[in-house]
Amino acid sequence: MIARFIARRIALALVTLFVLSVLVFFCCQVLPGNVALAILGPQADPRTVNVLNHELGVDRPLLVQYSSWITSFLQGDMGRSYIYRAPVAPFILQAIGHSLKLASVAILVVVPLGILGGVVAALNVHRPLDRIISIGGVSATILPEFVSGIVLILVFGVWLRWLPISAAWPQGAGVFTQVYHLILPAMPLVLVLFGYIARMARAGMIEALDSDYTRTAVLKGLTWRLVIWRHVLRNALLPTITVIATQAGYLIGGLVVVETLFRYEGVGSLIFAAATSKDFPMLEAAVLVIGITYALATLIADLLYSILNPRIRMGSYK
Amino acid sequence: MTHVYIDTPSSRHQEVFAALFRSGPFLIGTAIIFFWAVCAAFGQQFVPYDPLAQDILNALGPPSAEHWFGTDQLGRDIFSRVIAGSRDILTVAPLATILATIIGTVLGLLTGYFRGIVDDVFSRLIEAKMAIPGVIVALLAIVALGTSEMTVILVIGLSFGTNMSRTVRSAVLSERELEYVAAATLRRESAVHIMFVEILPNILPPILVESTMRVGYAIFAVATLSFIGFGLQPPSPDWGLSISTNYAMIGGGYWWTVLFDALAIASLVIGINLMADGLYGALDA
Repeated sequence: MIARFIARRIALALVTLFVLSVLVFFCCQVLPGNVALAILGPQADPRTVNVLNHELGVDRPLLVQYSSWITSFLQGDMGRSYIYRAPVAPFILQAIGHSLKLASVAILVVVPLGILGGVVAALNVHRPLDRIISIGGVSATILPEFVSGIVLILVFGVWLRWLPISAAWPQGAGVFTQVYHLILPAMPLVLVLFGYIARMARAGMIEALDSDYTRTAVLKGLTWRLVIWRHVLRNALLPTITVIATQAGYLIGGLVVVETLFRYEGVGSLIFAAATSKDFPMLEAAVLVIGITYALATLIADLLYSILNPRIRMGSYK
Repeated sequence: MTHVYIDTPSSRHQEVFAALFRSGPFLIGTAIIFFWAVCAAFGQQFVPYDPLAQDILNALGPPSAEHWFGTDQLGRDIFSRVIAGSRDILTVAPLATILATIIGTVLGLLTGYFRGIVDDVFSRLIEAKMAIPGVIVALLAIVALGTSEMTVILVIGLSFGTNMSRTVRSAVLSERELEYVAAATLRRESAVHIMFVEILPNILPPILVESTMRVGYAIFAVATLSFIGFGLQPPSPDWGLSISTNYAMIGGGYWWTVLFDALAIASLVIGINLMADGLYGALDA
């Protein structure tokens, strides 16, 4: 049963990556039309345009272009940047390292905070505290990151001067300085994720509080504190794990905005810069690497969930 | 004494409306949206200055009696721009949501009603699409198609529509097992008739709630695309665009050039959220 589930899940991840690769290829190599013209601008000499098109290999048939692009990508050759005239791989690896630091700070803050918010809301269900956490959480979730980012910069960076408004730390700065510079950029991501995590934790808690095993635990005379810690929390927080992993996709989108706003050289600002300057090999490689990372993250989360949750592991997963 | 309720459509509607008017969040949200809708429709007529008129001599002036929200680096009146800036986002985001609702409803009805191979093919494609971060899809599409209001509407409409089709599909799946659908099948009604005349009216409440919520996300998406330069273009007084052109000066203390636009976006998304929350509560009750 579990082997079939895993095989099915891996097959789905492969389909996703194939669709993504076709989408990326289609958007970056087919739809823009004349690539050299797009790079050189409309006033370029037609002969130079032809030479550049030939040099870039974009005058070959589409199927040939796709297969040669995807085979070299799988062999580790991610292509050469149009703008930097150098292999894109080092740029992407460095940018991903930066983004991982920012994402880690955000995750380390939001996971405990979101779970706490959800648990407190569930223990006060339908009372004012629950309404405040729920409505506040959803409102924070739909607030665009650049909006909360601007307000946070103004309050903590410009008026109170507690935190630096740029994420770029001085050369050779230690871990603490780096984290200090990343607190403000991480906050908009924390705000958006808080609502999702709190809502899942709240729903899980309410279901667990309402269950027969909780009633049994109460009726056999355990203290309320012990019931919560030993019986409710353990069951309630399982779905929250998956939500945290699936939010990796949102996080990547959020990074594009946050890194642009705070001038942080991560993968989000790399994608944004590549899209603006029509550096298609850079854009393609960065998007594919992110897609693979994301597919792996959700795959691991689903497998972890199925291992932790016997109902999914043994039940008929359709 | 016992009451016997007969659940006629009109009594159900009255119940929903009564619940809506008792709901504090719904009324506050509606008031905020009504305010911005009036600004979008008639703002141009009652603002003190032309939102596009430049006055370089008075550039970057702080809030004052003449310019309530100050002026930007071209000397344009920010109060007038914030009021007028509601127009573009309040046109593009609802249009994108309407497109998404149509796509989501049709796709959800088709996949839910026919199941089988139609459902399998669409479901796998939609799952793959949902596994790709939305901003990345939007960025790729806009790089490929170029920036215009039409592209933004299409990209958001398609992207949200496929997500919405999942909600519609699950509603159709439970609905199609009910007797009235069996009755319609026995009357030899066409599939189109059953989907759109029989099933659709019964699954409108979840569609309505989902669309209202999606307006909030559409505003999130439009504002974000404008902020990163892939949405509305200058000299539109759009809020996201204004923040994007002015935030570089934030370290210099020119807070009024970005704060009011940020608060405008915040009030709009929170208003829509409160309204959706109230609607959900009333339709669920």
